[in-house]
Formats: sequence, structure tokens, C-alpha cells
Amino acid sequence: MGEHILSWMTFFPLIGAAVIACLPSGRKQVIRTVAAVAAAVPLLLSVQLFMNFDRASGALQFVEHYTWIKSFNIEYFMAVDGLSMPMMMLTALLSFLCIFASWGIEKSLKGYFAMFLLLETGMFGVFCALDFFLFYVFWEVMLLPMYFLIGIWGGPRREYAAIKFFLYTLAGSVLMLLAMIAFYLNVADPVTGGHTFNMVHMFDQNNHSAWLQTTNIRHMLWLALFIGFAIKVPVFPFHTWLPDAHVEAPTAVSVILAGVLLKMGTYGILRISYPMLPDQAMWFRYALATLGAINILYGAYCAMAQKDMKKLVAYSSVSHMGYVLLGMAAMNSAGINGAVLQMFNHGTITAMMFLCVGVVYDRAHTREINAFGGLGMQMPRYFSFFSFALFAALGLPGLSGFVSEAMIFIGAFPAFRTITIISALGIIIGAAYVLWMLQRVFLGPKNDKWDNLPDINAREMFTLVPIGILVLLLGVFPMPVLDLMKVTLNNLIKVVAG
Amino acid sequence: MSDQAIITAAISILLLPLLSYTLTFFFGKKLPRKGDFIGVTLMGIALVQALRIFIAFWKIGDPAYRVEQSFRWLNLGDNFRLDAGILVDGMTAVMLMVVCLVSFLVHLYSTGYMHGDRRYERFFAFLGFFTFSMLGIVLSNNLFFLYVFWELVGLSSYLLIGFFFHKASAASANKKAFLTNRVGDWGFWLGILAFFTACGTLNYFELFAQVNAGAIKGPLLAWAGVGLFMGCVGKSAQMPLHIWLPDAMEGPTPVSALIHAATMVAAGVYMVARLAPLFGPEALMVVLYVGAITAFITATIALVKTDIKRVLAFSTLSQLGYMVMGLGAGDPVNAMYHLTTHAMFKALLFLGAGSVIHAVHSQEMPEMGGLRKKMPITFWTFLIATLAISGVPGLSGFYSKDGILGSVLAVGMVKGHYLPFILGITAAALTPFYMFRIVFLTFFGKPRDQHKFDHAHESGWAMAIPLMALAFMTLISAGIPGKTADKGWFSKFAAPYDVAAISAQFDAKQGGGELLVASHEAAALDGGHGETALGEPVAAHGEAAAAHGEAAAVPGENLHAEAMPAEGGHEAAPAHGEAAPAHAAPANAHGEAAAAHGAAAGGHNSHVRHTAHIRAMIMSIIVATLGITASWWTYHKLRVNPAAIQARLPFAHKVLQGQYFFDELYAATIYRFTLWWSMICAAFDRIVIDGIVNGTGYLTRLVAWVSGQCDRYIVDGAVNGVATVLQGAGEGIRRVQTGRIQTYLVYVSASVLVLIVIYRVL
Amino acid sequence: MNVGLPHFLTVSAVLFALGLFAVMSRRNTVAILMGVELMLNAANVNFVAFSRYVQRGIDGQMMAAFVIVLAAAEAAVALAIVLAMYRNYGTVNADTAQSLKR
Repeated sequence: MGEHILSWMTFFPLIGAAVIACLPSGRKQVIRTVAAVAAAVPLLLSVQLFMNFDRASGALQFVEHYTWIKSFNIEYFMAVDGLSMPMMMLTALLSFLCIFASWGIEKSLKGYFAMFLLLETGMFGVFCALDFFLFYVFWEVMLLPMYFLIGIWGGPRREYAAIKFFLYTLAGSVLMLLAMIAFYLNVADPVTGGHTFNMVHMFDQNNHSAWLQTTNIRHMLWLALFIGFAIKVPVFPFHTWLPDAHVEAPTAVSVILAGVLLKMGTYGILRISYPMLPDQAMWFRYALATLGAINILYGAYCAMAQKDMKKLVAYSSVSHMGYVLLGMAAMNSAGINGAVLQMFNHGTITAMMFLCVGVVYDRAHTREINAFGGLGMQMPRYFSFFSFALFAALGLPGLSGFVSEAMIFIGAFPAFRTITIISALGIIIGAAYVLWMLQRVFLGPKNDKWDNLPDINAREMFTLVPIGILVLLLGVFPMPVLDLMKVTLNNLIKVVAG
Repeated sequence: MSDQAIITAAISILLLPLLSYTLTFFFGKKLPRKGDFIGVTLMGIALVQALRIFIAFWKIGDPAYRVEQSFRWLNLGDNFRLDAGILVDGMTAVMLMVVCLVSFLVHLYSTGYMHGDRRYERFFAFLGFFTFSMLGIVLSNNLFFLYVFWELVGLSSYLLIGFFFHKASAASANKKAFLTNRVGDWGFWLGILAFFTACGTLNYFELFAQVNAGAIKGPLLAWAGVGLFMGCVGKSAQMPLHIWLPDAMEGPTPVSALIHAATMVAAGVYMVARLAPLFGPEALMVVLYVGAITAFITATIALVKTDIKRVLAFSTLSQLGYMVMGLGAGDPVNAMYHLTTHAMFKALLFLGAGSVIHAVHSQEMPEMGGLRKKMPITFWTFLIATLAISGVPGLSGFYSKDGILGSVLAVGMVKGHYLPFILGITAAALTPFYMFRIVFLTFFGKPRDQHKFDHAHESGWAMAIPLMALAFMTLISAGIPGKTADKGWFSKFAAPYDVAAISAQFDAKQGGGELLVASHEAAALDGGHGETALGEPVAAHGEAAAAHGEAAAVPGENLHAEAMPAEGGHEAAPAHGEAAPAHAAPANAHGEAAAAHGAAAGGHNSHVRHTAHIRAMIMSIIVATLGITASWWTYHKLRVNPAAIQARLPFAHKVLQGQYFFDELYAATIYRFTLWWSMICAAFDRIVIDGIVNGTGYLTRLVAWVSGQCDRYIVDGAVNGVATVLQGAGEGIRRVQTGRIQTYLVYVSASVLVLIVIYRVL
Repeated sequence: MNVGLPHFLTVSAVLFALGLFAVMSRRNTVAILMGVELMLNAANVNFVAFSRYVQRGIDGQMMAAFVIVLAAAEAAVALAIVLAMYRNYGTVNADTAQSLKR
């Protein structure tokens, strides 16, 4: 496995999915075990990746480079660098834990886990593909299982949500596809001189054709790529698929959706848009920062008005992804490192929040915030976990969310002072909606209706504790993750901002 | 103690409460007595360590002496780095002592007060966590970690206010406290960002050097200072963010004593005092007025409240207003001094109140009365604290409050801003009045609720010992009676920042006479000699070029001028006499004089300060006497009927009882606007944005429908139409073919005829 | 009055028309046959008339004789059919003979 560690990570879940597909659907325990193993192996491999990753080098590592479709110069090019490493780790961890969060799925268990593992393959693929075509393939591969996971195992309005998600994402993909083809036709392989999908060649501005160096063309390409990725982030005003998808999706799928899928948008911008069109990135940064501020505040205000816990958490994701945008726009090391760290931290924190919402939903079969009250007495351990997650979300120091938000602000303040001052209001509003929800659900007089709710059980704690530890550790010592990314990102800043 | 030993002790002080938190939180339930002894023991050890540090600094006796140790916490490789570090100097030593002492006593007290509570072990865990965060604020050597612990303190306050979270009022109060603090933190954070952006560091002393070197100046400095001060406004509950503190009394009483009286609310004052050199004159003016207004307004509210804890809460607000006022007057030393003394007597007051509440199971003073005999320890200790807060000479509160009032009056005399002093002295008159109102209503007179009175009893030793200890501290914390604060023990621990020295240390270029910093006042009074490089009202210095001598003047009458040889390091004999007339200016300006320039100015300022001090002292003694007498007259002798006054001034009473309607104002404006705006956003999201999305969906479906109809009726219609036409034609023609030969003949004949007609006729 | 070709032709035409009318309108099969005979005879009149007035010779008369013979044969066959029809349907009405129609 050492040689092809990325391929193993990517395709092992697929093997698991195939095995599950062959199993009889009645053998539920076997299916679950296979799924757990299929997700555990990439997790172990990601630990190996973490151990062996050369932190001092900004270069691509664990490279696998083969020809795939010769006639179009499409390559099988997989590698990781500091930008993708944290995302790989995050995907491996959340996917593994989500298998356990899905333990109680009743309906068509077999199909569920097969889809889930297929999704995992897609996610890994997106984060380590360095051939644009391959990237696009994985990008689409991921879409399909997600559609079914929401559309089949979702809540009452699942069809609407699934279709909305699918169409929205597909619309973005189309723009990305156009931009990809434009690049393909206008980037020359420095060795052969032919067209290429190789991203590394695309990064090198010398390989761009004269047409591709036209400013207007580049602006249009930037916008096409940006909208393609913005839908995934999601950036205001392309965000409304998110609350619907989250509300309808089963808990584990929400976790993956918010924890990993949203990051693909910002990952795409940093991986593809920034190095391929650096001058456009600079041109667009004020707009990006403004959009970030809008996301932060607008998401937070919308979250405050929600009555459904999951919707609230979904809008909080919109708000938190705004910080990522703001940090990315800052174009300095604090900002961009903070942004990528925030991508990672938001993944873990939101995962905790969704898992917690899932816990109470499994018991009470409602997520209506006002239906609860005084649960703190009834479920003290659950109260602790949920409060932990919520305080992490509101950026409490000592927990990981604060570090990344602080870095983003530190980075953004010199770059955009007014926007940062306005964005910083998000820390007040963020605290307001979080605490208000905490109060309505857990504090105050106990609602007798919930006298029989049992406290959080061992399996649920098993999904929450590892993330919780990670959130706490990274809040106190953020360097392990920052070490992974800083060289790569600082190189990126040099490319973009000069 | 060696420097390393000091650092080690400081770290152990920081970590012990954290350990207490961890052990109690995770294992408390399983331990005997639910693990309360862990917290008490560990805090006891921390207190001993704090005492060791305190004694070490007492021996050193140099306010400028400091021990600092940092490590790189965050490093991004190129130019971005953040350090974590520990700083111990005199001010820290005092704060360590205050926090550890009060925390230890409150731990001890809580074993009695909270006995039998369902979440007993949680309470101790949270206390431990709070102490940890508070000590973090005290020990941090940079703004970033100050902010980190600042927020953690906010969290522990949230947890402890909401300790009885099953009560709806507690559940709202903790949220309110956290959010109000967050508003302040917003400004605080922006201030930090501004300083970091301009100076590239957050370490206190590096920052001071940078500020002194002019890395940040003008409006930005003013705004950044106001930003930092917003943090103080939030945490120290100043106007207009003071609304959370009265509600915070929903927490258990030991919490009110520890957090909402002695330590956490003082963190804001500590922060501004610590960062004094970062505040420009404009920012200080804001600080001064905010403090004065807070001190006055909250003192008036305290007059009418009947809930004993609420009165104490408003009195805390008022005293915090004093401290902030002192900071604004450029006198952080007296502010810190008042913080220290106030921590002792206010903690004592709260714990005493807790003891009363514990005994009568009520917080309403109209239901108490005559408890003096039943609870002697509580009564006597409470009385001592009341005398102290009232400013009775000989007790701690008198000296510290008087120091602040003196500085404020001096600022007034120099700058012409007399309003803060007027507000301050009025509040000083009100303080003894409402404090003795508590004493008389609670401990004197006849019991107004006999049932409650019968059940009242003196509290157990766990609660009595902390009361006595704090009473003892209240008595001695003033230092030697008869001397002012400046001459007392406190000057060993705190001195205004010696900006020039710091600057010289960090930036060698800044030696010599290049740097001549004088405060605005000094320059003005002085006839303008010397260049006003930076309006630095806290501590303005000039530095002697030739001798590299610098004058580190304690605000007050004595001035130590030390001549330092150019080689540096060795202190020459203190040259007291030389600059003896150069007194510290009210608004600071401890200038020193290279060529005796400053002497005249300094002399003048110190004269002003001295005068102000004397006047303030006389006035405060007068008003304290007046207040106590009036209170005695009204509430003990009952010569004045408060109800009658109330009836005569219904509007004033309503306003005071309603706490100037700040809550209502915010509820009607900010809360409502925020909720309304969030609804608007959500509706916008649902209706407009989702409407556009769904509209696009509908539009697409409409187009699809139209296209479908097209397909069905036009394209398919054409195909089917051909068939239909042919079929219809066949249907018609079929009728012609009857099978009757005769008919055919008719057709043939007719056809022939027609043909004939066509060919022949036409 | 001088009898010429037009008179013959006129008689022949009237005869033909009457025959045709009979064929077209009569239901009785025998009557139809009689109409056919009329039309054949109208043709015979024409043959003879043209032979006398237009092309002197016996061609016309020969043709007329042929027609008469043919008519006799035709009548024989037709009457046999009519007899068969009568035997099958019990009538000689032409309309009833429609069993092939559907």
C-alpha cells in the first residue's frame, strides 16, 4: 500500500461498496461491519499519510502519475500537498465516524452504505486529483450518491431537496466544465506541446496561449470557475440549496455535506482558480471579501430566525464559510492559513453539531427548537456535548474555531479594514443565535413532555468524543495542522500576491 | 526567589485550578463529598504560591521589575507569529494574590453555601475553571492570550450565572451577560487587530515600545484605544453595557462574590491599567467620562433597590465606575489600588449577604431586620466592609477611593473638566447612604418577617471563616493608616509605565535626548518647551541625554530619579533631591528633566495634584459623614420616611427603580431590531432568494411544459394529421364504391357527360 | 321528307339512351338485360346506317350480324345467371346480389 497510498485511500471504500453490493440485504450486521472496515482503512492510511508527509516541502507528495486516456492526454494524476492534506484527514475521519452515526438506518441498509462508500471515494478523489479531467470526474462521482442519500433516506421533503441540490451543483459543474475545456484547449504541455488537463501545467502561466492571456477571457473564466465553486461553498446568493438539503438529509449525510462537501468549493478556488488565474484572484479579492462578509452576517441573521435546529446549524455553516472567504481574500499568510484551518475546523465543529442534533432527533422525532426546554436536567451528558459543540461554533478561545477565526481576522484587518470591522460583528450575532438556541433547548424549566428521553448513549459518544478531542487539541495547539499547510499556502500567496 | 522560580510558581498557580476543574468535572460525582476538597486544597496550594510571589515582589520593592517568559505558540513561517507567555511583575503579583485569596475563600465558603445542591461537583468544577481563566488574564504577557482568557472568563461567568438554569430568569441572565460582553469584546478584538496591524506584535512591552516609537498614532491610536476600552466596558460593566451585571445576580451568591464583584469585573480595569501606555489622551477622556457617569448613575439606582444582592450589584457597578474614572484620569495605580481593596470588601459584602440569604431564605431587605444579634459574625464583618466602602478614614476604601478622586479633581483643575469629579463626589456621598441602608434594614430594627427571623441562624464555620479572613484583609489592605496610598505598600507593586525606559530597552536608537515625551498638560503649562512627540498622558517622560538618567515617578509626591550610567545595568545612587520638586502630574506627566526644564512644569503640576488631593480628601470625608448620618437618620432613627419621599417624587422613583430603563431601551431598539432584521433576512432568504431559485425551477418547468405541448400538438399533430386526412379521404371515397354496377354506370355516364361538356362546350 | 343519316343516328341515340337508362335504373335483372339488348341494337342501327351512308360496303352489316350473334350468346349466359340467381336468392332483384360486397 505504501506505493499507491492515495489510490488505496480513494478506492478502498469503492471496494467496500462493491462487497456490500454483493451481500444479501438481510445480513445487516455484516454489512455494517464491512462498511466500518472499508472506512477504517482509509482512516489508518490517512494517519500514515500524516506521519510521512514532509512538512518542510511545499511540493506535491505521494505522486501517482500515469496516462489514462492517451488520445486526449488525460492522466491519472494523484498527489497531495499542504492544501489537500487537512482535507484528506478530515474526510477520512468524518467518513469513518459517520458510518457509526448511520448504524441505526432502517431503510435499505445495504444501498445506504454502498452509496456512502461511493461518496467517500468521490471525496478523496476530488481532494487528491491533479488532473483537471480526473478532478471533474470525481466531482461528479460524488454528486450521484449524495443525490440518492438525500433523496431516498431523507426527510419528508427529500425529493425536493435532493433535486434542488443536484441541479444546483450540476449548474455549477457545467460552468466548471466549460472553463475546464477552455483551459484544456489553451494550455500547452511544455514537453509535447499538445493540449493537456494536467493542473500543474495549467498553473504555469507560460503554458497559456495568447487567447488565454486576454484579460476579458480570463475574467470570464474566473467568474465561471468561481460560480461553479461558489455554489458548493455556498456563497450568497447561491446558498439556498444548503438548508433544504441539510434539513432533509439523514444525520450522517448532513455531517458529510457540511463537513466535507462545502470545503470542496473553497478548496477548488484555492486549488484551481488561484494558481491558474492569479491576477484575477487579486482583481476579485474585494468582491470576495464582501461576499465573505455578507455570508457571515447574513448567514448568522438567518440562523437566528430559524425554528428548526438543523436549519439553524445549516445557516451557521453559511456564516462560518464566510470567514473562509474573508480569509482567502486577504491574500496574506495569516488570512489564507486561517481560511484553510477554518475549513478544517468548521468540518469538525459542524460535524459535532449535526451529530448532536441527530441525537435529539432520534429520540424526540422533532427538531423544533421551541418544542424543547430544560433538557439540561434531563440529559446532562448530552447537554455537555452539545454545549461544547455550540461554544466551539461561536468561536470560544481554547477551541479550534477561535484560532482560525482569529487568524482570519488578523489577516483580513490590514487588507480590508471596514469589511473586517463589519464582519467582526458576526462574533456577536454568532454568539446570539447559538446561546439563544442553547437557552431554548436546554435551559429554563423542564418540559414534562420529554421526561422519558434517555441520555446520550455509548455509540453516539463514540462518534462525538474523537471530534471533541480534536477540536480541543487544535484550539490549544493548532500547529499540527498549520504545519501541514503553511509551506504550501505561503507558496501559493507568493504566486498570487507576488 | 529566582526569576525561574517565580515563573514556575506562576505556572503552577495557573494550572492548579485547571487541574481542579478537570478532576472535579470528570470524577467529582464518584468522590467522597463530591470532590469539593480537591478544589479547596488545590486553591490553597495556589494561594500559598501566590503569597510566595507576593512576598518576593515585596522584597524586591521595585514596581518596574518584571519576569517574562514566552514560547512560540503559532508560527506560519514567514512573518506571522503569535507567542504565548507569562509575565509576572508587581501588578501581577497583587492580582495573583487577590484572585487566589478570594477564590480560595469562596471555594471554602461554597462548601457550606452550596451544600446539598444537585450539581454540587459541577459548581466546584466551574469555580476552578473560572479561577484558571482569571489567572490566565492576570498572567498573560500579550494581548492575544489576554483575549483568549478574557473570553474564557466570559464562558465561566456564563456557566456560573446559569448555574440554576432551570430558572427561566437565570437562563436569560447568563445569555445576556455573555452577549453584552461579546459586544464589548467586538471592540476589544478590533482594538487588538488595530494594534497588531500597526505594530506587528501583541506583547505588552514590545507594543509599548512600538507605540512610543510612533508606530501607531493619531485617530487610529485613539480609536484603537477606544476599542480596547470597549472590552473593559463590557467586562467591567460600564455604561452603556452595564445591564448584565445586576441580572448576573441570578448566579449563586459565592459566584457573585468571586466573579461579579471581586475578580472578573475587575479584569477590565486590570486590562486598561496594564495597557495604560496604549491609551491616547482622547481615549482617556472617553474612559474618564464613562467611568464617572457609571459611578454616579448606578449609585443612584442602588438607593431604591430592595433586593440585597441587587443593591450590592449596583454598588459594585458604582465602584467599578470609580476605578475606570481613575484610569481615565491617568492614574492606573490608584485604580489598581482600589481594585485590590474593593475586591476584599466587596467579596466580604457579598459573602455576608450570602450568609444572610442562607439564613433567612430571602433576598428582600424588607423581609429582614434585627439580625444583628442572631448573626454576630456576619454583622460585624459586614459592618467593617460597609465602613470601608463608605470611605471612612482608616479603612482601605478611603485611601484608594480618595486617591482616585484626587486624580480626577486634578485633571479637572488642569483641563477644566470638572463634571467627572462632581459626579464622583456625589456618588461618594450616595455610597455610604445606600450601604448603611443595607446595614440598618438588615441587621438593626425589629424583624419585619418574624417567621423568617425565627429560622435565621449564624452560618457554619465554612462560611464564617472566609468572612473573618476577608474582614481582616479589609482592615489591613490599606497599609499603614495615616499615609496615603502613594506612600503605602502599593507603590512597591505598581507604577505608571516608564515609557522612555521601555522604549530604550527595545530600541537602542531611542536613547539619549532624542526622545522627549511630555504630556499635553506639561507642555502647555511649561510654556511649550520640549517637543510633544506623543501625547502620552499616562506617563510622559523626558530622558536626559547626557546622563541617560530617567525619572520613574510614582504618581504622587515622591519621585525617584535614577541616573543610569551609559554602560547600563548598574543603578547609580538614587538621586532624590535633584528633581525633588518635580512631582508627578495629575494626569501623569512624570517628566523628568534633562536640564531642569521639567522642574517648573512638574512642580506646577505636582502642586495642582497636591492641592487637588487635599481638597478631595476633605470633601470625601465630609460627604461620607453626611451619607452615613443621613442613612442613620432615615433608616435607623426613622425620622425621615422614605415612602413619603417616594410618593412625592414618583417619576424619579420610577426611573431609578426601572434602572433608567436601559433594559427597556435596548429591548425596544437593539433586541427588537436584531430580531426583526433576522426575520427579514430569513424571509428574504425564503421568499426572494429561494423564490428566485424556485422561480427558475418553475420557469424551466413552464418552458418544458410549453415545449411538451408543442411536441404533442404541433409536431406529432402534423404526423397524425396526415394520417387522419388520408383516412378521412378514404372514408369518403369508400362510399363511392358501392359494388353496384348501376351506380358505376351512372358515374361513367356522368363523367362522360362532364368530359363532353369540358371538351365540347368549354 | 328525305330520310338521311342524322335521322338514323337520332333513333339510335334515343334507343341507346333508353337502354342505358334501363340498365342504370331498373332493379329487375331481366329488365337490365333488356336494356343491354336495346343498347346493342342501337349500336346495330348505327353500324347499318354508317354502312349505308358513309362507307358503302357490307362491313357495317357484317358487324351488325356479329353483334346479334354476340347478343344472343350474351342473353343465353345472362339468363342462365339470372336463373341461378333466382334459384339462390328467390328473386331477380339485382340489389340482393351483394353477398360479395362485405
